[in-house]
Amino acid sequence: MENEIRILIRSEADIVAAREQGRILAKKIGFNGSGPTIIATAISEVARNILQYADHGEIIIDVIHQSKAGGILVIARDDGPGITDVSQVMQVGYTTGKGLGLGLPGARRLMDEFQIVSEPGKGTTVTMKKWV
Amino acid sequence: MAVPILKQGGYLIATIQSALTDEDLLRLRDDLANQVGKYRSRGVIVDVTALDVMDSFATRTLRALAYMVRLRGAETVIVGIQPEVAFTMVQLGLTLEDILTALDLEEGLALLNRRTRSVAVSGKRNSYTHKV
Repeated sequence: MENEIRILIRSEADIVAAREQGRILAKKIGFNGSGPTIIATAISEVARNILQYADHGEIIIDVIHQSKAGGILVIARDDGPGITDVSQVMQVGYTTGKGLGLGLPGARRLMDEFQIVSEPGKGTTVTMKKWV
Repeated sequence: MAVPILKQGGYLIATIQSALTDEDLLRLRDDLANQVGKYRSRGVIVDVTALDVMDSFATRTLRALAYMVRLRGAETVIVGIQPEVAFTMVQLGLTLEDILTALDLEEGLALLNRRTRSVAVSGKRNSYTHKV
């Protein structure tokens, strides 16, 4: 966990900071070509979701290993209102906000692994991984 | 950070110079829609070369910008989308639909010249023609 980075998400500037940190770590791990941009974009989508629906939360990024492969872990966590119907928010085009309804399904498409856990009244945690 | 808008002849050129917050992008959209009227511009170029992330919000805002400018009687060309950004947008399922794009500023200006001239010659859209 020596590489773990936590970014508090409380403003739009924090979204920019989170995706820049993600890009830097992705490059350090060995992602090249479109890899760092894909990771930065996925972070941007989940960070905006935090700000928009939960007001504040945090993004945690870290290096992960599986056998010989390295990868990046992104956790987006908030203690906001939570999501009643997770399958609904994972549908392209579904939105209650100002977006395109592409945020969460888009982030899932960009990453290799995607998990969302949400409890109404308690908050939401999105866990995403991408392997080099 | 506000995006500087340069007036050059009948065109407005907005060059994004660093990562933008959502608010910066919305301001750019509104500024351009206003300045098209103020300067009676016929074309707008938005240079996104320095934009390293085009997520769903940025795409939606640029699309809205181009439609607003079109409703004001001018054409918008988005120039400088980087290859990694283009790849990520395709992965995300983001499109700019019928909005004009060009490789760089030079190509964007050439495209605007062709479009505003051909419209002036055909005379279909009088709003584009300037009486000399």
